[in-house]
Amino acid sequence: MSDEGTNTQSNQPATDKAGIVGRRGFLELVVSIPVIGVFLYNFFRKKAADDMKKEAIMAELGVRESGPAYIPEAVSRPPGERIRLGIIGNGGEGEALVRHAGFAHPDWVEEQRQAAAEDPRNQALQVYLEQDDLNVELTAVCDVFDVRAERGIAASQVATRPGGRPANPPAKRFRHYHDMLTSGEVDGVIIATPDHWHSQMSIDAAAEGIHVYCEKCMTQTEEQTQAMYDAIKNSDIVFQLGHQNRQSEAHIKAREVIDANILGPITLVEGTTNRNTPWGAWVWDIHEEGNPQTIDWELFEGPALNKVPFSLERFFRWRCWFDYGTGLSGDLLSHEYDAVNQILQLGIPKSAVASGGIYYFKDGRDVPDVFQAVYEYPERELTFVYSATLANGQYRGLKFMGHDATMQVSGDLSVTADRNSSRYEEKIGSGVIDPSRPMFTYRPGFRGIDAITSATAEYFVSRGLLYTYRGGRRMSAYHLLIGEWLDVIRNGGETSCNIERGFEEAITCHMATRSYLENRKVEWDPVRRRIV
Amino acid sequence: MTQGAAAAEPGRWTRFQSIVLVTLRILIGWHFLYEGLAKLVNPYWTSADYLAGSQWWFSGLFINIATAPTLLTLVDYINVWGLILIGLCLILGLLTRTATVAGIVLLALYYIAAPPFAGLSYAMPAEGSYLVVNKVLIELVALVALLAFPTGRILGVDRVIFQMRRTGALAQA
Repeated sequence: MSDEGTNTQSNQPATDKAGIVGRRGFLELVVSIPVIGVFLYNFFRKKAADDMKKEAIMAELGVRESGPAYIPEAVSRPPGERIRLGIIGNGGEGEALVRHAGFAHPDWVEEQRQAAAEDPRNQALQVYLEQDDLNVELTAVCDVFDVRAERGIAASQVATRPGGRPANPPAKRFRHYHDMLTSGEVDGVIIATPDHWHSQMSIDAAAEGIHVYCEKCMTQTEEQTQAMYDAIKNSDIVFQLGHQNRQSEAHIKAREVIDANILGPITLVEGTTNRNTPWGAWVWDIHEEGNPQTIDWELFEGPALNKVPFSLERFFRWRCWFDYGTGLSGDLLSHEYDAVNQILQLGIPKSAVASGGIYYFKDGRDVPDVFQAVYEYPERELTFVYSATLANGQYRGLKFMGHDATMQVSGDLSVTADRNSSRYEEKIGSGVIDPSRPMFTYRPGFRGIDAITSATAEYFVSRGLLYTYRGGRRMSAYHLLIGEWLDVIRNGGETSCNIERGFEEAITCHMATRSYLENRKVEWDPVRRRIV
Repeated sequence: MTQGAAAAEPGRWTRFQSIVLVTLRILIGWHFLYEGLAKLVNPYWTSADYLAGSQWWFSGLFINIATAPTLLTLVDYINVWGLILIGLCLILGLLTRTATVAGIVLLALYYIAAPPFAGLSYAMPAEGSYLVVNKVLIELVALVALLAFPTGRILGVDRVIFQMRRTGALAQA
């Protein structure tokens, strides 16, 4: 007995003897067609309304939600000639830079392999293996700490290389960077020492005609900045300052938004740093093998302002002291400022006022852990505020505040109309633009997820300082910036963070540092080119 | 078909019971169809965020999918077209049984990827408050109910197909 065989009247199918579906059957066949009709009518009405709104907004803005119209190629031509690199200062940052140039330490490779096995969201190794061949050789390593020098040598001959390329012969260790510069064995150097050494090393490299990729902050003082600027300007070397944001797709898109004048008059720019871990506050690990025998303390101190007895804390956590760096100003304000300078091309401010204090990390440091700086640009009719704490992790982002809209820039980008905008008043009134949600968002063309493994990594990712995208492919921003430097060495052109940008970065940071230390408002004298 | 429980036989249902069951089927179909089409027309849509936030026993599998670009594209494609086809079939009453089972499988995958169990929390905000039972589970069980009380032959293309087959068999006899 079949189900249908027991049908009662209400469901009895009407069929004729020829087996053709009858009138009732036909009706029942088509009865759901109107449902599809109603569905499609509503679907297309909704889609048309959404599309029209979007079109209206995009037509008004004159900029698309797609990737930046023009992304400068980090490498303009296949790298022909091999460039020999030296690393000066193979600490945490130095090792990262060398890795992004194609030389990961074998231990790092193993760690990342395990990390990826435990959590496939960890893609650091994959990004490393897929990075382009820069055709470089790491021929020289200089570090005052034996362990780090050895790590550099190990990295130089690593077997696991991007694209499965063969291992290179081991790099040579130089005790003093000057011997490396004059050895004839390097064409370019990556300087990733503490800040107090940057200018002297760069000046010496320029004198030897050795190209320089230098970490930020470019210098530690105004005097060093002037001397370094002159030396680089009067040389033929290619200089790149290590601000990876220059290669961030979202930052390039942000500049497009500014050029299209979507925000209206911008009166306030707010850059922030919030971190809440000891590591984020530069309480870095003290290596167990660090001691006066393995560390050349005298060479480490070098041009430091004050000479003190050997100190493991000072060596491994140097950012906590003004003798070697400038604290938040040189480490993180420098990133925020360079991002703003990249997007708005602000240059050096007219004045700076800074304040702050050591409010949380009372561990003997002399740099503030809470720091605010206010810069005035009267000619641009705007203020740039930097605000930072190392004892709270609330994300505040980087915001450009205009009369008509606010742009928030991080790894991605969003523009939200202002409720009281003059330009968008009509469209807000008619409901086309909703000021409570972004009218424009740009997410780099990547269908997938970002591996964010730690609070600090998250901070760097949110700032576009770790990864960016090229054609939907995740790339290391470091790698692209180093690639650009090498490309200019080979083929000419200008690096995106050249000595002019570096001068602006260093002076702007030092204005805040001076203001904080001298407890007064400082100004920039553009004629004498001096902080006064 | 063999004899089922009397209550599950469409022939024994009142008109009201039939209408309620068919309405339920069409509404679930509508929901599936729109979920599919909305994803199809959104160039930014990807299941990656949902999969990456996966918790519980199968999270490893889902996270693996989210991090493998080729696999992810395939999964996104299957998901979108699966939703659209299941939705259409449920509305039309076409291959109802197959579509219902496919819908249950899809919803079960959504559920086990992110079950609202005590102790699990998700980065993606839910639009309501759920503990163990969420709307995915309810929709899933509603489909199971439709499997127990099949309606394709009450009102739908399946009925016509069935009739054509049966009358064809009769004619041959």
